[in-house]
Amino acid sequence: MKKCEEVSKQLIAYLDRRANSADRHEVEEHLAACSACHQRAEDFRKLWGVLDEVPLVEPSLSFDARIRARIAEEPRRGWLGWLVPQPRLAFAMTLLLALSVWMANLPPREGTAAGTEQQDFEAIKDLGVLENYDVLSKFDALSEVPVDAATPADQQAQPVNPASDQQPATEE
Amino acid sequence: MEHAHTLQLYGTAGVRYNVEAMTRSDVQLMLDVKAGDEASFNLLLQKYRTPLVNFLYRMVRNTATAEDLAQEVFLRVYRARKQYSPSAKFTTWLFRIATNLALNSLRDNRYHQMDVSIDAPVEEDVAPLQLPARELRIDEKMIERDRSEFIRRAIAALPEKQRVAVLLHKYEEMDYGEIAKILECSESALKSLLFRAYETLRVQLAPLVSQSDANQAREGRPS
Repeated sequence: MKKCEEVSKQLIAYLDRRANSADRHEVEEHLAACSACHQRAEDFRKLWGVLDEVPLVEPSLSFDARIRARIAEEPRRGWLGWLVPQPRLAFAMTLLLALSVWMANLPPREGTAAGTEQQDFEAIKDLGVLENYDVLSKFDALSEVPVDAATPADQQAQPVNPASDQQPATEE
Repeated sequence: MEHAHTLQLYGTAGVRYNVEAMTRSDVQLMLDVKAGDEASFNLLLQKYRTPLVNFLYRMVRNTATAEDLAQEVFLRVYRARKQYSPSAKFTTWLFRIATNLALNSLRDNRYHQMDVSIDAPVEEDVAPLQLPARELRIDEKMIERDRSEFIRRAIAALPEKQRVAVLLHKYEEMDYGEIAKILECSESALKSLLFRAYETLRVQLAPLVSQSDANQAREGRPS
């Protein structure tokens, strides 16, 4: 037979009829033999009857109205409400959108891809002429450029000038 | 009595609400609230406002505070509707919120009272503890009120966890698993807790328990 202390854990479940059949049998066996526990079990039953005497408290008539008013004060979510739980995502998307709009409104660059190719071609198309010594040596306009006005860069370029002293000497 | 009260307040609409509330489970109602159905929230409100206010009143022993806390419980349920997932019974969730709020309120109030004055006046709803003495009372109603007050005070004198366990077991008739979840303890620990609580109440309310014994004997009822 179980001890009083062991039965005490099962006693409440036995009294409210939630104990399983094995536990119920053990408790009944103990109660039949232990007058103290038997008395306690009887007192618990009476105690539950006493606890039932406490009347219910009714909520005030304004209870529902108050809670509805408080709920009405709660902020409502609009059609973008689903973004609110993810503010970082909302911020990132807004930033992306703003960037797209800004880039779309940028003024067009001066040359398009085709224009750039044309400019490049213009720049190099006469390069063959510049590299042709015969043409340059007969280009009189270059001899009219004053030496003082020439920049150091021009001076460095002087040796290739066909109007210089060296080249005719070589030719001779 | 509750049903009659509801009828009186809501008429035929109240009857329709109650039938709806009975046919749909709490979890289903809460899922409907989650989906944006405000009427389902009203059904839950009607179903649980009285049990909740009574539970909180037995915890904090002040009607105004109990109502305020019950309002807060419903508001929290409403606010959390989008995150609701039916992983546990709705009542477990509801009374867990209520228990936490009640315990916090009791602790805050205790701290506040200690802070203000040790001679602070007794709470409005609390009458001086007196044993009901039938022979001294003229009015039966007064005796009844005193008995109820005596019982309420005995429950309120229990340690917090024991008090919650008794209220949920005795008045809300919750099963052990649900109460254990609310109190975050094992079922075995809960059974020990309940035994200690009822044992304390048996001693505290011994005059009423023996009186009930005498009444039963007088009325010829079996004990």
